[in-house]
Amino acid sequence: MMEKSRRCFLKVAGIAAIGLGAAPAMNFAASDSHGSAAAEKAKSPDALHAERWGMAIIVKKLNDKIAKQITHACHTQHNVPDFTHEVDTQAFPNTRAVNHKQEIKWIWKEKFHYAFPDKEDEFLNEKFHHLPFMVTCNHCKNAPCVQACPTQATFKREDGIVVMDYHRCIGCRFCMAACPYGSRSFNFRDPRPFIAETDPDFPTRSKGVVEKCNLCAERLAKGEQPHCVEASEGAIVVGDLEDPESDVRKLLKEHYSIRRKQSLGTEPSVYYIV
Amino acid sequence: MLEIAVKGNRNYWMWIIFLLIVIGIGKIAYLDQFFNGLMITGMSRDVSWGFYIANFTFLVGVAAGGVMVVIPYYLHDYEKFHRITILGEFLAVASLVMCLLFIIVDLGQPVRMLNVLLYPSPKSMLFYDMLVLNGYLFLNIVIGWKVLEAERNQVKPPAWTKPLIYLSIPFAIGIHTVTAYLYCGLPGRGFWLTAILAPRFLASAFAAGPAFLIILCYIIRKFTKFDPGWEAMQTLSKIVCYAVIANLFFFLCEVFVVYYSGIPGHKTHLQYLLFGYHGYNALVPWMWSGFILMAVGAVFLVIPKLRTNYILLPVACAMVFIGAWIDKGLGMISGGFVPSPLHHVTEYAPTGQEIVITLGVYATGFLVLTILYKLATQVKEEVGG
Repeated sequence: MMEKSRRCFLKVAGIAAIGLGAAPAMNFAASDSHGSAAAEKAKSPDALHAERWGMAIIVKKLNDKIAKQITHACHTQHNVPDFTHEVDTQAFPNTRAVNHKQEIKWIWKEKFHYAFPDKEDEFLNEKFHHLPFMVTCNHCKNAPCVQACPTQATFKREDGIVVMDYHRCIGCRFCMAACPYGSRSFNFRDPRPFIAETDPDFPTRSKGVVEKCNLCAERLAKGEQPHCVEASEGAIVVGDLEDPESDVRKLLKEHYSIRRKQSLGTEPSVYYIV
Repeated sequence: MLEIAVKGNRNYWMWIIFLLIVIGIGKIAYLDQFFNGLMITGMSRDVSWGFYIANFTFLVGVAAGGVMVVIPYYLHDYEKFHRITILGEFLAVASLVMCLLFIIVDLGQPVRMLNVLLYPSPKSMLFYDMLVLNGYLFLNIVIGWKVLEAERNQVKPPAWTKPLIYLSIPFAIGIHTVTAYLYCGLPGRGFWLTAILAPRFLASAFAAGPAFLIILCYIIRKFTKFDPGWEAMQTLSKIVCYAVIANLFFFLCEVFVVYYSGIPGHKTHLQYLLFGYHGYNALVPWMWSGFILMAVGAVFLVIPKLRTNYILLPVACAMVFIGAWIDKGLGMISGGFVPSPLHHVTEYAPTGQEIVITLGVYATGFLVLTILYKLATQVKEEVGG
């Protein structure tokens, strides 16, 4: 719906611009701020496409070191604040003490019985107790967060990725109550003092908005694999769930996989190959 | 009519000034939250709603409780409620003002609040909650004001108020039903995922609202020359009695289903609230006090000899009111978030600043209530009830 209205707007705006012969003026105005807006709007020919993006995590290929790498790659390049980071008191004077319970995370490791609380088992295979299970947004087919959002700040793209508009979010946190996976974080405070090095390729957030994994939509659009995939040493594969020839589908065809809280009917797009 | 509110005795002004001071302190505390974010609260990644939303939920109930005087009077021509109907309606107005303020202070980006109207999202229950809350507020202001004005002029209220009054009845049920739907439609929260939630909300609302109204009647009797009527208060107390019993019954139904079925995703929350979970038990004493207060209050109200006791009645009502506040305020929200969807336990307690902001909102509500009740009682005194 979001996509459509945006497209409609562009169409109308485009017609208006041609009609008024105002296109050069618009381009000029646009180039004034952030380079050429026209170039940014156009889709890269290298962009990766999918009918429905999904992820397969090959759990046995993970260990604590790789898990750390994954979280680090994702968080640093998405400007996710690290509350253990020492604040530069000159740049950010009067920064108050941190409440670590208000942390922000996009992808992180959990023990099996936390990642899959409904699959807890007294006699669970020993190795599962030690394997790091990476958890993140499941980009559910029937996403409860999308349904709950009162402003459509969280919305589902046509390719299945659940993304957020940080500038529309009012911070009501209904999506956080709705998410059955605890995948969402709220900026209880300005995150910027806790970002060691700001990545200019991705926006920082302001206080008062929710955020979560976006499956690196910004990278897929440039034809690049998500950060977590690159850092995972082959443990994470991202691809088209609707394409039987995709790497993800091939993996799922050959191996037994589980998803988190399948019984809720949210249809997560993240599969764990165990 | 508003000119009545600026004429008052010393007590009246002392009370108004007291409220204004509390509002001022709350506002300073809120400004700090506005500039620094919700970091000043005890909320966390796991418990992402807290004291604000809890009080919001409770007060939606108090607002809906007003309908318990509207239905008997307007639908059943129960004459005894003639004097207190306006009190119920104005209590609803004040409660709704607090509800809306609680929503605003809970927002991370309050300046973007109107995005809810700019991008209406009919799939979100918050969209409907906004509609019914504002609708009910509007209805009660218009109805209360017009009916009181007519009474002052000793004429009949305009005919067009009648359909609005009838409309306000489903709206009252609606505000609390939709507020329950905010919670009970979420797939991953076992504690809220129960069809009894909306009925239970209504039952506790019909207990807490009228209970508070009875207490207010006592205050009115003490400080004004207007008498809301002992018989009306007695009828109200019966409503409180049956409603609180229904609330306890619904709760026991929930307890049975949860414990007999033993499904962990549902049980852990109740376990946390009633007995503690993995050593975390901050809310256990609160929850038990809440249920004991409601149960004892119910016993007081069900026995005619105790119910008709002039001294005991407000005590019983206070018990029910506080019990319902603990049940719905503290327990209902925290209970849903603890343990988290990943079964981590993060406990929640409001911070001092959060409580100060909350008190500021309550003071604002009481200011509205005081002014509206001043109007109502003065008009009633003038026309001799």
